[in-house]
Amino acid sequence: MSNEKTNPLSVFLNGLWKENPVFVLLLGMCPTLAVTGDLASSLTMGLSATFVLFCSNVVVSLIRSLLKPHIRILMFTLTISTFVTIVDLILKAYLPEMSAKLGPYIPLIIVNCLIICRAEACASKQKLGIAVLDALGMGLGFTLTLSALGIVREILSYGTVLGFAIAPEGSLSIFGFALPVGAFITLGFMLGIVNIINRKKAKE
Amino acid sequence: MELLQTLILSFLSIVIVNNLVFSKFLGICPYLGVSGRLDMAFGMGMAVTFVVTLSGTMTWLIDNFILMPMNIEVMRYVCFILVIAGAVQLVEMYVRKFFPTLYESFGIFLALITTNCAILGLCLFLHLWGVSNFLNALVLSFGSGVGFTMAICIMAGIRENLDLADVPESLKGAPITLITAGILSLAFMGFNGMIK
Repeated sequence: MSNEKTNPLSVFLNGLWKENPVFVLLLGMCPTLAVTGDLASSLTMGLSATFVLFCSNVVVSLIRSLLKPHIRILMFTLTISTFVTIVDLILKAYLPEMSAKLGPYIPLIIVNCLIICRAEACASKQKLGIAVLDALGMGLGFTLTLSALGIVREILSYGTVLGFAIAPEGSLSIFGFALPVGAFITLGFMLGIVNIINRKKAKE
Repeated sequence: MELLQTLILSFLSIVIVNNLVFSKFLGICPYLGVSGRLDMAFGMGMAVTFVVTLSGTMTWLIDNFILMPMNIEVMRYVCFILVIAGAVQLVEMYVRKFFPTLYESFGIFLALITTNCAILGLCLFLHLWGVSNFLNALVLSFGSGVGFTMAICIMAGIRENLDLADVPESLKGAPITLITAGILSLAFMGFNGMIK
Protein backbone atom coordinates (compact mmCIF):
# COMPACT_ATOMS: atom_id res chain seq x y z
CA MET A 1 0.00 0.00 0.00
CA SER A 2 2.75 2.44 0.90
CA ASN A 3 4.41 2.05 -2.52
CA GLU A 4 1.29 3.02 -4.42
CA LYS A 5 0.75 6.04 -2.22
CA THR A 6 3.66 7.81 -3.85
CA ASN A 7 1.96 7.90 -7.25
CA PRO A 8 -0.28 11.03 -7.17
CA LEU A 9 -2.94 9.75 -9.56
CA SER A 10 -3.40 6.44 -7.78
CA VAL A 11 -3.64 8.29 -4.46
CA PHE A 12 -6.52 10.30 -5.88
CA LEU A 13 -8.27 7.36 -7.52
CA ASN A 14 -7.81 5.15 -4.48
CA GLY A 15 -10.69 6.75 -2.62
CA LEU A 16 -13.12 6.35 -5.50
CA TRP A 17 -13.30 2.60 -5.64
CA LYS A 18 -10.40 0.52 -4.36
CA GLU A 19 -10.43 2.03 -0.89
CA ASN A 20 -13.85 3.60 -1.06
CA PRO A 21 -14.41 4.93 2.46
CA VAL A 22 -17.94 3.59 2.86
CA PHE A 23 -18.01 0.39 0.80
CA VAL A 24 -14.53 -0.94 1.49
CA LEU A 25 -13.17 0.72 4.62
CA LEU A 26 -16.60 0.91 6.33
CA LEU A 27 -15.84 4.34 7.75
CA GLY A 28 -18.17 7.22 8.48
CA MET A 29 -21.17 4.96 8.83
CA CYS A 30 -23.27 7.23 11.04
CA PRO A 31 -23.88 10.06 8.53
CA THR A 32 -24.02 7.50 5.73
CA LEU A 33 -27.01 5.89 7.37
CA ALA A 34 -28.60 8.94 8.92
CA VAL A 35 -28.74 11.59 6.23
CA THR A 36 -29.19 9.61 3.03
CA GLY A 37 -32.98 9.75 3.07
CA ASP A 38 -32.90 11.95 -0.04
CA LEU A 39 -30.32 13.11 -2.55
CA ALA A 40 -30.17 16.78 -1.51
CA SER A 41 -29.18 16.07 2.08
CA SER A 42 -26.73 13.37 0.94
CA LEU A 43 -25.00 15.91 -1.30
CA THR A 44 -24.88 18.59 1.40
CA MET A 45 -23.45 16.11 3.86
CA GLY A 46 -20.89 14.76 1.40
CA LEU A 47 -19.66 18.18 0.36
CA SER A 48 -19.46 19.45 3.95
CA ALA A 49 -17.47 16.39 4.93
CA THR A 50 -15.18 16.85 1.91
CA PHE A 51 -14.51 20.46 2.86
CA VAL A 52 -13.67 19.51 6.44
CA LEU A 53 -11.56 16.57 5.28
CA PHE A 54 -9.62 18.78 2.89
CA CYS A 55 -8.93 21.56 5.43
CA SER A 56 -8.02 19.23 8.25
CA ASN A 57 -5.74 17.12 6.05
CA VAL A 58 -3.91 20.28 5.01
CA VAL A 59 -3.48 21.49 8.59
CA VAL A 60 -2.50 18.09 9.98
CA SER A 61 0.00 17.58 7.18
CA LEU A 62 1.55 20.98 7.90
CA ILE A 63 1.89 20.38 11.66
CA ARG A 64 2.83 16.69 11.41
CA SER A 65 6.37 17.21 12.68
CA LEU A 66 5.03 18.77 15.89
CA LEU A 67 2.59 15.96 16.74
CA LYS A 68 3.20 13.94 19.89
CA PRO A 69 1.87 10.37 19.71
CA HIS A 70 -0.24 10.38 22.87
CA ILE A 71 -2.14 13.59 22.19
CA ARG A 72 -2.48 13.21 18.44
CA ILE A 73 -6.15 12.17 18.46
CA LEU A 74 -6.94 15.20 20.60
CA MET A 75 -5.05 17.45 18.19
CA PHE A 76 -6.91 15.94 15.22
CA THR A 77 -10.33 16.37 16.80
CA LEU A 78 -9.59 19.95 17.85
CA THR A 79 -8.46 20.84 14.31
CA ILE A 80 -11.49 19.15 12.81
CA SER A 81 -13.94 20.76 15.23
CA THR A 82 -12.66 24.19 14.24
CA PHE A 83 -13.48 23.56 10.59
CA VAL A 84 -16.78 21.91 11.43
CA THR A 85 -17.80 25.03 13.34
CA ILE A 86 -17.07 27.01 10.16
CA VAL A 87 -19.17 24.68 7.99
CA ASP A 88 -21.97 24.73 10.55
CA LEU A 89 -22.07 28.53 10.59
CA ILE A 90 -21.96 28.74 6.78
CA LEU A 91 -24.86 26.28 6.44
CA LYS A 92 -26.86 28.11 9.11
CA ALA A 93 -26.37 31.37 7.23
CA TYR A 94 -27.00 30.27 3.64
CA LEU A 95 -28.99 27.03 3.83
CA PRO A 96 -31.00 27.36 7.05
CA GLU A 97 -33.59 24.76 6.04
CA MET A 98 -30.99 22.16 5.18
CA SER A 99 -29.11 22.98 8.36
CA ALA A 100 -32.24 22.39 10.43
CA LYS A 101 -32.92 19.15 8.59
CA LEU A 102 -29.45 17.72 9.09
CA GLY A 103 -29.54 18.85 12.71
CA PRO A 104 -26.80 17.40 14.87
CA TYR A 105 -25.26 15.40 12.04
CA ILE A 106 -23.22 18.35 10.76
CA PRO A 107 -21.45 18.85 14.13
CA LEU A 108 -21.04 15.08 14.23
CA ILE A 109 -18.59 15.36 11.32
CA ILE A 110 -16.10 16.08 14.12
CA VAL A 111 -16.21 12.46 15.16
CA ASN A 112 -16.56 11.04 11.66
CA CYS A 113 -14.06 8.18 11.61
CA LEU A 114 -13.31 8.77 7.93
CA ILE A 115 -11.78 12.17 8.61
CA ILE A 116 -9.83 11.03 11.65
CA CYS A 117 -8.66 7.92 9.81
CA ARG A 118 -7.30 9.97 6.90
CA ALA A 119 -5.59 12.37 9.32
CA GLU A 120 -4.02 9.43 11.11
CA ALA A 121 -3.24 7.15 8.16
CA CYS A 122 -2.25 9.71 5.56
CA ALA A 123 -1.94 13.37 6.51
CA SER A 124 0.18 12.83 9.61
CA LYS A 125 2.74 10.89 7.55
CA GLN A 126 2.69 12.37 4.05
CA LYS A 127 3.67 15.63 2.40
CA LEU A 128 1.12 18.34 1.71
CA GLY A 129 0.50 17.45 -1.95
CA ILE A 130 -0.26 13.80 -1.26
CA ALA A 131 -2.47 14.72 1.71
CA VAL A 132 -4.48 17.14 -0.47
CA LEU A 133 -4.99 14.57 -3.23
CA ASP A 134 -5.93 11.93 -0.71
CA ALA A 135 -8.48 14.24 0.89
CA LEU A 136 -10.02 15.11 -2.48
CA GLY A 137 -10.21 11.51 -3.63
CA MET A 138 -11.63 10.23 -0.38
CA GLY A 139 -14.06 13.15 -0.13
CA LEU A 140 -15.28 12.59 -3.68
CA GLY A 141 -15.65 8.86 -3.04
CA PHE A 142 -17.61 9.59 0.13
CA THR A 143 -19.89 12.11 -1.61
CA LEU A 144 -20.57 9.77 -4.53
CA THR A 145 -21.35 6.84 -2.26
CA LEU A 146 -23.70 8.92 -0.14
CA SER A 147 -25.41 10.20 -3.29
CA ALA A 148 -25.85 6.69 -4.66
CA LEU A 149 -27.48 5.63 -1.42
CA GLY A 150 -29.54 8.83 -1.37
CA ILE A 151 -30.83 8.29 -4.91
CA VAL A 152 -31.86 4.71 -4.26
CA ARG A 153 -33.63 5.57 -1.03
CA GLU A 154 -35.33 8.68 -2.40
CA ILE A 155 -36.68 6.84 -5.42
CA LEU A 156 -37.90 3.89 -3.40
CA SER A 157 -39.50 5.93 -0.65
CA TYR A 158 -40.95 8.96 -2.46
CA GLY A 159 -40.56 8.21 -6.19
CA THR A 160 -38.59 11.43 -6.68
CA VAL A 161 -35.02 12.57 -7.40
CA LEU A 162 -34.01 15.92 -5.88
CA GLY A 163 -37.72 16.61 -5.41
CA PHE A 164 -38.69 15.95 -9.07
CA ALA A 165 -41.16 13.14 -9.57
CA ILE A 166 -39.83 10.40 -11.83
CA ALA A 167 -42.55 7.84 -11.19
CA PRO A 168 -46.32 8.30 -11.14
CA GLU A 169 -47.38 9.56 -7.77
CA GLY A 170 -48.06 6.84 -5.25
CA SER A 171 -46.68 4.06 -7.44
CA LEU A 172 -43.38 4.00 -5.58
CA SER A 173 -43.76 4.80 -1.94
CA ILE A 174 -42.28 2.08 0.17
CA PHE A 175 -42.20 4.29 3.21
CA GLY A 176 -39.87 2.03 5.18
CA PHE A 177 -36.98 3.18 3.03
CA ALA A 178 -37.18 6.69 4.47
CA LEU A 179 -36.87 5.22 7.97
CA PRO A 180 -33.81 3.84 9.78
CA VAL A 181 -34.74 0.33 8.63
CA GLY A 182 -34.35 1.33 4.99
CA ALA A 183 -30.95 2.85 5.63
CA PHE A 184 -29.52 -0.28 7.20
CA ILE A 185 -31.00 -2.67 4.66
CA THR A 186 -30.16 -0.61 1.56
CA LEU A 187 -26.56 -0.22 2.66
CA GLY A 188 -26.38 -3.92 3.52
CA PHE A 189 -27.47 -4.97 0.05
CA MET A 190 -25.28 -2.37 -1.67
CA LEU A 191 -22.28 -3.77 0.19
CA GLY A 192 -23.31 -7.21 -1.01
CA ILE A 193 -23.39 -5.99 -4.62
CA VAL A 194 -19.97 -4.35 -4.25
CA ASN A 195 -18.65 -7.64 -2.87
CA ILE A 196 -19.95 -9.53 -5.91
CA ILE A 197 -18.32 -7.04 -8.33
CA ASN A 198 -15.03 -7.11 -6.46
CA ARG A 199 -14.96 -10.89 -6.42
CA LYS A 200 -15.55 -11.05 -10.17
CA LYS A 201 -12.71 -8.59 -10.71
CA ALA A 202 -10.41 -10.63 -8.50
CA LYS A 203 -11.15 -13.76 -10.54
CA GLU A 204 -10.24 -12.02 -13.78
CA MET B 1 -43.43 13.00 42.40
CA GLU B 2 -43.86 14.65 39.05
CA LEU B 3 -40.10 14.97 38.70
CA LEU B 4 -39.66 11.27 39.42
CA GLN B 5 -42.19 10.40 36.75
CA THR B 6 -40.45 12.61 34.20
CA LEU B 7 -37.12 11.02 35.05
CA ILE B 8 -38.41 7.45 34.69
CA LEU B 9 -40.11 8.31 31.41
CA SER B 10 -37.01 9.98 29.96
CA PHE B 11 -34.90 7.00 31.00
CA LEU B 12 -37.25 4.57 29.27
CA SER B 13 -37.51 6.76 26.22
CA ILE B 14 -33.75 7.06 25.72
CA VAL B 15 -33.14 3.35 26.33
CA ILE B 16 -35.92 1.92 24.21
CA VAL B 17 -37.80 4.40 22.04
CA ASN B 18 -35.07 6.86 21.10
CA ASN B 19 -32.26 4.32 21.33
CA LEU B 20 -29.20 6.08 19.93
CA VAL B 21 -28.08 3.15 17.80
CA PHE B 22 -31.39 2.09 16.29
CA SER B 23 -33.19 5.37 15.79
CA LYS B 24 -30.43 8.01 15.63
CA PHE B 25 -27.65 6.01 13.92
CA LEU B 26 -25.05 7.00 16.48
CA GLY B 27 -22.14 4.81 17.50
CA ILE B 28 -22.45 2.58 14.46
CA CYS B 29 -18.69 2.08 14.02
CA PRO B 30 -18.03 0.37 17.37
CA TYR B 31 -21.43 -1.26 16.95
CA LEU B 32 -20.13 -3.01 13.84
CA GLY B 33 -16.49 -3.24 14.93
CA VAL B 34 -16.65 -4.65 18.45
CA SER B 35 -19.89 -6.61 18.39
CA GLY B 36 -18.22 -9.88 17.36
CA ARG B 37 -18.05 -11.34 20.87
CA LEU B 38 -20.42 -10.89 23.77
CA ASP B 39 -17.86 -10.24 26.54
CA MET B 40 -16.06 -7.58 24.51
CA ALA B 41 -19.33 -5.97 23.54
CA PHE B 42 -20.36 -5.78 27.18
CA GLY B 43 -17.01 -4.29 28.22
CA MET B 44 -17.26 -1.74 25.45
CA GLY B 45 -20.80 -0.90 26.50
CA MET B 46 -19.70 -0.34 30.10
CA ALA B 47 -16.83 1.92 29.02
CA VAL B 48 -19.13 3.94 26.78
CA THR B 49 -21.75 4.20 29.54
CA PHE B 50 -19.18 5.60 31.93
CA VAL B 51 -17.80 8.09 29.41
CA VAL B 52 -21.19 9.21 28.20
CA THR B 53 -22.56 9.74 31.71
CA LEU B 54 -19.53 11.76 32.73
CA SER B 55 -19.27 13.83 29.57
CA GLY B 56 -23.02 14.30 29.10
CA THR B 57 -23.43 15.89 32.53
CA MET B 58 -20.17 17.83 32.32
CA THR B 59 -21.00 19.32 28.92
CA TRP B 60 -24.52 20.15 30.09
CA LEU B 61 -23.04 22.08 33.02
CA ILE B 62 -20.47 23.83 30.84
CA ASP B 63 -23.07 24.64 28.20
CA ASN B 64 -25.58 26.06 30.68
CA PHE B 65 -23.33 27.87 33.12
CA ILE B 66 -20.39 29.02 31.02
CA LEU B 67 -21.07 29.07 27.27
CA MET B 68 -24.65 30.33 27.17
CA PRO B 69 -24.39 33.11 29.78
CA MET B 70 -21.25 34.38 28.08
CA ASN B 71 -22.69 34.05 24.57
CA ILE B 72 -19.83 32.00 23.21
CA GLU B 73 -21.79 29.05 21.83
CA VAL B 74 -19.41 29.09 18.87
CA MET B 75 -16.91 27.37 21.14
CA ARG B 76 -19.36 24.58 21.90
CA TYR B 77 -17.93 21.84 19.69
CA VAL B 78 -14.35 22.49 20.71
CA CYS B 79 -15.27 22.45 24.42
CA PHE B 80 -17.36 19.29 24.12
CA ILE B 81 -14.56 17.44 22.37
CA LEU B 82 -12.08 18.43 25.06
CA VAL B 83 -14.36 17.16 27.83
CA ILE B 84 -14.99 13.86 26.05
CA ALA B 85 -11.30 13.31 25.32
CA GLY B 86 -10.52 13.91 29.00
CA ALA B 87 -13.16 11.41 30.11
CA VAL B 88 -11.82 8.80 27.71
CA GLN B 89 -8.30 9.28 29.05
CA LEU B 90 -9.63 8.51 32.55
CA VAL B 91 -11.30 5.30 31.36
CA GLU B 92 -8.22 4.25 29.44
CA MET B 93 -5.96 4.64 32.49
CA TYR B 94 -8.46 2.79 34.67
CA VAL B 95 -8.91 -0.15 32.29
CA ARG B 96 -5.17 -0.47 31.64
CA LYS B 97 -4.48 -0.62 35.39
CA PHE B 98 -7.24 -2.98 36.52
CA PHE B 99 -8.25 -5.03 33.44
CA PRO B 100 -5.06 -5.48 31.38
CA THR B 101 -6.47 -8.38 29.30
CA LEU B 102 -9.55 -6.38 28.37
CA TYR B 103 -7.27 -3.47 27.52
CA GLU B 104 -5.29 -5.69 25.12
CA SER B 105 -8.40 -6.97 23.37
CA PHE B 106 -9.86 -3.48 22.92
CA GLY B 107 -6.76 -2.18 21.19
CA ILE B 108 -7.39 1.01 19.27
CA PHE B 109 -11.15 0.89 19.90
CA LEU B 110 -10.74 2.21 23.44
CA ALA B 111 -9.08 5.43 22.32
CA LEU B 112 -11.65 5.65 19.57
CA ILE B 113 -14.42 6.10 22.15
CA THR B 114 -13.34 9.74 21.90
CA THR B 115 -14.66 9.71 18.39
CA ASN B 116 -17.74 7.63 19.13
CA CYS B 117 -20.54 9.71 17.74
CA ALA B 118 -23.00 8.40 20.32
CA ILE B 119 -21.22 10.44 22.97
CA LEU B 120 -20.87 13.73 21.14
CA GLY B 121 -24.32 13.15 19.67
CA LEU B 122 -25.89 12.80 23.10
CA CYS B 123 -24.16 15.99 24.30
CA LEU B 124 -25.58 17.83 21.29
CA PHE B 125 -29.03 16.31 21.70
CA LEU B 126 -29.15 17.45 25.33
CA HIS B 127 -28.92 20.98 23.98
CA LEU B 128 -31.27 20.34 21.05
CA TRP B 129 -34.00 18.86 23.22
CA GLY B 130 -33.68 21.84 25.56
CA VAL B 131 -33.07 19.81 28.70
CA SER B 132 -33.29 22.39 31.45
CA ASN B 133 -32.91 20.23 34.52
CA PHE B 134 -29.62 18.81 35.79
CA LEU B 135 -31.15 15.54 37.05
CA ASN B 136 -32.85 15.03 33.72
CA ALA B 137 -29.57 15.55 31.88
CA LEU B 138 -27.89 13.02 34.17
CA VAL B 139 -30.61 10.42 33.63
CA LEU B 140 -30.60 10.92 29.86
CA SER B 141 -26.81 10.56 29.64
CA PHE B 142 -26.80 7.41 31.75
CA GLY B 143 -29.79 6.00 29.89
CA SER B 144 -28.20 6.52 26.50
CA GLY B 145 -25.19 4.51 27.71
CA VAL B 146 -27.48 1.73 28.89
CA GLY B 147 -29.28 1.80 25.56
CA PHE B 148 -26.00 1.53 23.68
CA THR B 149 -24.88 -1.39 25.85
CA MET B 150 -28.17 -3.14 25.25
CA ALA B 151 -28.01 -2.63 21.49
CA ILE B 152 -24.42 -3.80 21.16
CA CYS B 153 -25.02 -6.86 23.38
CA ILE B 154 -28.09 -7.93 21.41
CA MET B 155 -26.05 -7.59 18.24
CA ALA B 156 -23.13 -9.57 19.65
CA GLY B 157 -25.50 -12.34 20.70
CA ILE B 158 -26.97 -12.52 17.22
CA ARG B 159 -23.58 -12.42 15.51
CA GLU B 160 -22.24 -15.31 17.56
CA ASN B 161 -25.04 -17.40 16.08
CA LEU B 162 -24.77 -15.81 12.66
CA ASP B 163 -21.31 -17.32 12.24
CA LEU B 164 -22.94 -20.74 12.02
CA ALA B 165 -25.71 -19.66 9.66
CA ASP B 166 -25.71 -20.36 5.94
CA VAL B 167 -25.36 -16.82 4.57
CA PRO B 168 -24.85 -16.16 0.83
CA GLU B 169 -21.14 -15.72 0.14
CA SER B 170 -21.35 -12.10 -0.98
CA LEU B 171 -23.40 -11.02 2.03
CA LYS B 172 -21.03 -12.44 4.64
CA GLY B 173 -19.53 -10.07 7.20
CA ALA B 174 -20.58 -6.45 7.20
CA PRO B 175 -23.57 -6.65 4.79
CA ILE B 176 -25.48 -9.28 6.77
CA THR B 177 -24.67 -7.43 9.99
CA LEU B 178 -26.21 -4.27 8.56
CA ILE B 179 -29.30 -6.11 7.35
CA THR B 180 -29.69 -7.69 10.79
CA ALA B 181 -29.37 -4.23 12.34
CA GLY B 182 -32.11 -3.04 10.00
CA ILE B 183 -34.45 -5.78 11.15
CA LEU B 184 -33.59 -5.04 14.79
CA SER B 185 -34.31 -1.37 14.22
CA LEU B 186 -37.66 -2.35 12.69
CA ALA B 187 -38.41 -4.35 15.82
CA PHE B 188 -37.50 -1.41 18.02
CA MET B 189 -39.83 0.87 16.04
CA GLY B 190 -42.60 -1.09 17.68
CA PHE B 191 -41.87 0.75 20.91
CA ASN B 192 -42.55 4.10 19.25
CA GLY B 193 -46.14 4.34 20.35
CA MET B 194 -45.30 3.49 23.94
CA ILE B 195 -44.41 6.97 25.18
CA LYS B 196 -46.23 9.97 23.83
